[in-house]
Amino acid sequence: MSSFDFGVISENIPFLWQGLKLSLWLTVLSVIGGIAIGTILALMRLSGMRSVALFAAGYVNLIRSIPLILVIFWFFFLVPLVIGRPIGSFYSALIAFVMFEAAYYSEIIRAGIQSVKKGQIHAGQATGLNYWQVQFYIVLPQAFRNMIPILVTQGIILFQDTSLVFVVSLRDFMTVSSIIARTEGRLAEMYVFAAFIYFVICFSGSLVVRNLQKAQGT
Amino acid sequence: MDYNWNWGVLLQDEYLSWLISGVGWTFSVALAAWIIALIIGVLVGVGRTLPFRPLALICTCYVELFRNIPLLVQLFLWYFVLPEVVPESIGRWMKRDMPNPEYITAVVGLGCYTASRVAEQVRAGINSISVGLASAAYANGFSIAQTYRYILLPISFRLIVPPMTSEFLTIFKNSSLALTIGLLELTAQSQQIAEYTFQGFEAFTAATLIYVVIALCATVVAQYLEKRTMIPGFIGKA
Repeated sequence: MSSFDFGVISENIPFLWQGLKLSLWLTVLSVIGGIAIGTILALMRLSGMRSVALFAAGYVNLIRSIPLILVIFWFFFLVPLVIGRPIGSFYSALIAFVMFEAAYYSEIIRAGIQSVKKGQIHAGQATGLNYWQVQFYIVLPQAFRNMIPILVTQGIILFQDTSLVFVVSLRDFMTVSSIIARTEGRLAEMYVFAAFIYFVICFSGSLVVRNLQKAQGT
Repeated sequence: MDYNWNWGVLLQDEYLSWLISGVGWTFSVALAAWIIALIIGVLVGVGRTLPFRPLALICTCYVELFRNIPLLVQLFLWYFVLPEVVPESIGRWMKRDMPNPEYITAVVGLGCYTASRVAEQVRAGINSISVGLASAAYANGFSIAQTYRYILLPISFRLIVPPMTSEFLTIFKNSSLALTIGLLELTAQSQQIAEYTFQGFEAFTAATLIYVVIALCATVVAQYLEKRTMIPGFIGKA
């Protein structure tokens, strides 16, 4: 322990901050995209149209049974092939995370939608609203309000998951930490520091979730 | 899309044996880590519900620590940092003489991480049992140990079978992180085949199908277990 030298961190603050910014950006954009596509998948599964529901269920169950790293490999291989040219690893990673997290978000959102009382839907229909109006003005707003704590929890998990872009060398906080660790020969200091930063961010996030749950009385 | 299909590549001796060895490592990491996760997870989960404040606090710290650090960082801490901070002779043994260091690190790391998730399920299971049952046990003169042994654990273990099967699947998926410390499990092998042959589509499809089959088998077993262990009247409370 005596040979710990945390000077290596203060020398590399700008580089680390760049990595952390990339991790946070990737998280925020993936949460937004994941919730958007997740909502569509959830509505598809609950649409009552057999083929549409089956497609969505198939997609969700497929993605949920394979590891995130394999999904990242898939999209890094597929995206340039489909688009016809490389679009850079940040966008490939973003697409992989959005498509992966959408499957998990859709399960959360589906449960949230089902938790809205049937009477609400009937009341909406009775006042003459059509299917989309019922979904957008009545079901989804109530569903999302109930789901906020779980959605944030999933966001924290997503933030931890972004560290896996390490496998494709995208320079997020984890990759940057490991680059510094190797070039400076300071593995112990850098990985302990990375663990500390992740812990502080994720633990603060979970405290926020606890407060939200208390405010909702659940 | 410009792509030369060649599914035959998966059946060539060399690449087929890579896949099979990958499946073998995935299973041996996941199953060994699951044993560690169950043992530590049950102890920590029960510890958090016991009426001894210091013990409950230690168990809470364990869960918060392991849940709030990404698994990848944890694996690196076990693999790169632990040998540096333990006494020098042990550190030297870990770096030079420990057999299969990648495998042991992956099992211990994944096991301790999953234990924190198992502990949360165990705690939730015990807390979901109505307080009246434990009170009745104490009123009958049961000690704390007896109350857990005969009342709380038998009920909660049956209640948490559904969430635990999903944890079991998660440990298979998370075992893929072992590739970051150089263990060639299924995902790593498929990536390696893709790199050697340029047949990424075939290689990743093979790995995906194997993971899906594992998930399907686990789901079938889980449904059977859930039926066998369901407690009438307790449905949906856990």
